[in-house]
Amino acid sequence: MSSASLTPGEASLADFPPLHEARAGFWLIGLVAAAAWFGAAMVIGGLPDIDDFERTDLLARLASGLAGLLFVVSVGERVIRFTIPAKLRKTGPWLLFLALALTAWELVTAKFMILPRPFFASPQALLEVFTDDYERLGDSVWNSVRLLAGGYVIGAVAGFAFGVAIGWSRAVGYWAHPVLRLVGPLPATAWLPIAFFAFPSSHSASTFLIALATGFPVTVLTWSGVAGVNKAFYDVARTMGASQRFLVLKVAIPAAMPSVFVGLFMGLGASFSVLVVAEMMGVKSGLGWYLQWAQGWAAYGNMYAALMVMALMCTGLITLLFRLRDRLLAWQKGLVQW
Amino acid sequence: MVGALAHVQADAGAVIDVHDVSHRFDLDGKSLPVLNRVSLRIEPGELVSLLGPSGCGKSTLLRLVAGLETPTVGTITADGALVTRPDPSRVVMFQDPTLYPWRTVRANVSLGLEARGLLRRQVHRVDEALQLVGLTQFATAYPHQLSGGMAQRVSLARALVNDPRLLLLDEPLGKLDSMTRMTMQQELVALWQRTGFTSLLVTHDVEEALFMSNRVIVLSDRPAAIRADVVVDLPFPRHRGDPRLAELRREILGLLGLDADW
Repeated sequence: MSSASLTPGEASLADFPPLHEARAGFWLIGLVAAAAWFGAAMVIGGLPDIDDFERTDLLARLASGLAGLLFVVSVGERVIRFTIPAKLRKTGPWLLFLALALTAWELVTAKFMILPRPFFASPQALLEVFTDDYERLGDSVWNSVRLLAGGYVIGAVAGFAFGVAIGWSRAVGYWAHPVLRLVGPLPATAWLPIAFFAFPSSHSASTFLIALATGFPVTVLTWSGVAGVNKAFYDVARTMGASQRFLVLKVAIPAAMPSVFVGLFMGLGASFSVLVVAEMMGVKSGLGWYLQWAQGWAAYGNMYAALMVMALMCTGLITLLFRLRDRLLAWQKGLVQW
Repeated sequence: MVGALAHVQADAGAVIDVHDVSHRFDLDGKSLPVLNRVSLRIEPGELVSLLGPSGCGKSTLLRLVAGLETPTVGTITADGALVTRPDPSRVVMFQDPTLYPWRTVRANVSLGLEARGLLRRQVHRVDEALQLVGLTQFATAYPHQLSGGMAQRVSLARALVNDPRLLLLDEPLGKLDSMTRMTMQQELVALWQRTGFTSLLVTHDVEEALFMSNRVIVLSDRPAAIRADVVVDLPFPRHRGDPRLAELRREILGLLGLDADW
């Protein structure tokens, strides 16, 4: 990706420049991406819109701003001896692709309206949602996260405790196993009518459903983790005078943690879908509700914006869970992280 | 191995009495006899080897002495007390190091003290045990970073930190390469001589048994019965090339029916 300016003729083995000099060229793909973003800005700002869009100027300014930034970074390595972070370098092709995609999107919506309105929103219409409706959108995110966190934590804790109990105690396993097998695979949303009837508020009903959706995979994978612990680990601890309590807390649970995290990950995925359904059906706030509301008003721009925010929220939460796992299970990896 | 835990005491080793023990396993509803009327007395500070063909039940006998299982018939006593369950005075070192992968070397060695709630007061013993096996520098490493020999040393340190009166060795060197095995045989003998615990070694390696023990108990095929009790009348440290060892080796191979190509 770096543009070491070496023409084949002059490069012999003896006069290769030192590495840092070879790298101090221009960041070629960065320059190309900058040009593409500048092109996008020209298309957005230069061509006339087919209709009255409010945020066309802002979008054009954002695109050209990004182009300028990319340009400075790309040439910065040579001019001011600034080192481009490797992570940014790796995103080069994506930055280029995004500029092209934005241009294409702009052309088929706002400029020539090849795709029918209102089902296909233009980029500036989306931007307008973020600039004008951020309050309601932010509120929705906050309500969704709160509802999700409550249900998820309850489901994860209960599932973990339940899974350990089933894996450890034969009596609990005897009674719990058939119930778990019958009820567990049922989609949590199937309980929706009963939940909204049985719980005093739609918020508590949704919390229950999210906890249910989270709890099942966490239970099963905790259980299987505890059941799969190397029996010799118990023998070792027992010969050294370990109590039952020690065997559960210091042997079974730590050994089962990799499996527990698989369950937590699956539970998080399941909780997202229940969250959206619950918010569409009963709860009068949150991103699911926002989606439903936007669709009702045929405000497709708002719907796409909410989808985007929802995607960011979900991926952010999963990243958070993975960070936690990497931290707790550092012993599993080849390298110990400090 | 400079002695940190080395405090030889006359009564540091346990007396083990295996009295007329038979044992059977239930396998798919069928009863499988494993041990057949085994009687054996181990004096304090003795190192006794159990030698026998693979699968004959020698490891089962060791698990019974450890208290991990209870014999179907017969009794086992340690220092006169009936063995009914595991006890930290009788520690086992297994064929696999069975270190907990989520614990550092140091935390693995601490296991026994932690399990009995003694860690806070006796934390120095962890350091001593690590020093004894020469792994002080690896205290913060995780098991997956260790070689097979190092992992087995950690396993030894984890056993020794409990100050056992009986060390049960279940083929602990069986999976090591031959050079590491020879070194660890010497180290184990030196350690046993200094510390004075009683030890029961399960092995299928005749040379190892002769090099390390006071007596070699030769077992028959399953169900195992004692075929011979061979006293190895040589002082420690021994020399692998000693003609007396070669003589005993031949005798034992004969007992096992393996002397055809001698």
